[in-house]
Amino acid sequence: MTPEEIIAQGTKIYSRPRLLTDNITHYCPGCGHGVVHRLVAELIDEMGLEDRTVAVAPVGCAVFAYNYIDVDWVEAAHGRAPAVATALSRLNPENMVFTYQGDGDLAAIGTAETIHAANRGENITIIFINNAIYGMTGGQMAPTTLLGQKTATSPYGRRADLNGFPLKMSDLLAQLDGTCYVTRQAVYSPAAVRKTKAALKKAFQNTIDKRGTSVVEIVSNCPSGWKMPPEKANEWLVANMTEKYPLGDLKNI
Amino acid sequence: MAKVKGAVTIDLNRCKGCDLCVVACPTDVLALQPKEVNDRGYHYAFTNNPDACIGCASCAAVCPDGCIEVYRVALN
Repeated sequence: MTPEEIIAQGTKIYSRPRLLTDNITHYCPGCGHGVVHRLVAELIDEMGLEDRTVAVAPVGCAVFAYNYIDVDWVEAAHGRAPAVATALSRLNPENMVFTYQGDGDLAAIGTAETIHAANRGENITIIFINNAIYGMTGGQMAPTTLLGQKTATSPYGRRADLNGFPLKMSDLLAQLDGTCYVTRQAVYSPAAVRKTKAALKKAFQNTIDKRGTSVVEIVSNCPSGWKMPPEKANEWLVANMTEKYPLGDLKNI
Repeated sequence: MAKVKGAVTIDLNRCKGCDLCVVACPTDVLALQPKEVNDRGYHYAFTNNPDACIGCASCAAVCPDGCIEVYRVALN
């Protein structure tokens, strides 16, 4: 059978999600943001949450997320997405509210908002993209940058005596009584993508069931910030990032 | 046992040539265009060896731009 015949006669097993808009993303080639956007769009469609979903966009590379996923969005000030999500969730408890934040937004300027929203047990899902760098502004050191990792502001590598240690936000959030589900996933391979989709589905279901705050950390790549081709960036992620940020569920009650 | 064959379509103008689908493909169906570029200047992915496709959708799972669609048919 020729490929044309297979396309004409076969079943379509994968197509572009309906809720992903036709806009071409501004993300660099190979960026993990695109994969996570696609998974979120697929899940909202599959779970029938299109009319109930309100998402909160961060400041960072994902600042234009509202152009790419066709649900209701609110753009929050830098780091304040969990505070905005608190209002959206409390004012209409039927909303399925999630925030989509990077590590500069969630783990640096938004640490207080994130920890207090999780500690209050707000019915929101926090999607946390951890790529260990400030991607949008040109690859500066973030709180999550690994020790020894070279960035624009740590050209000789991050030093513990000067810059402190990498911040493991999900481990902190898992200690709080308000969170019901804290997990760390990745999107570097087909298997990892499928696990991440299952984790996001569980988080969204927890939010619908009003069980508390769900946090899905996704260890992602930053080919431009790390100055590597996408394939090498994923290899570097597996070799270095997963050691400091081990994948798996941190809390699941 | 029924043999499964697959086929993929690639939206070449959305493709950014990141190479992740080429790495993810277990049967080496996909490759990046060595010389041709799309409207935005990227060496886009194409099916270099379409007969080997088994329709596993690994390429679609890792594509950051959602430009791959996968079809599958069972042959007796």
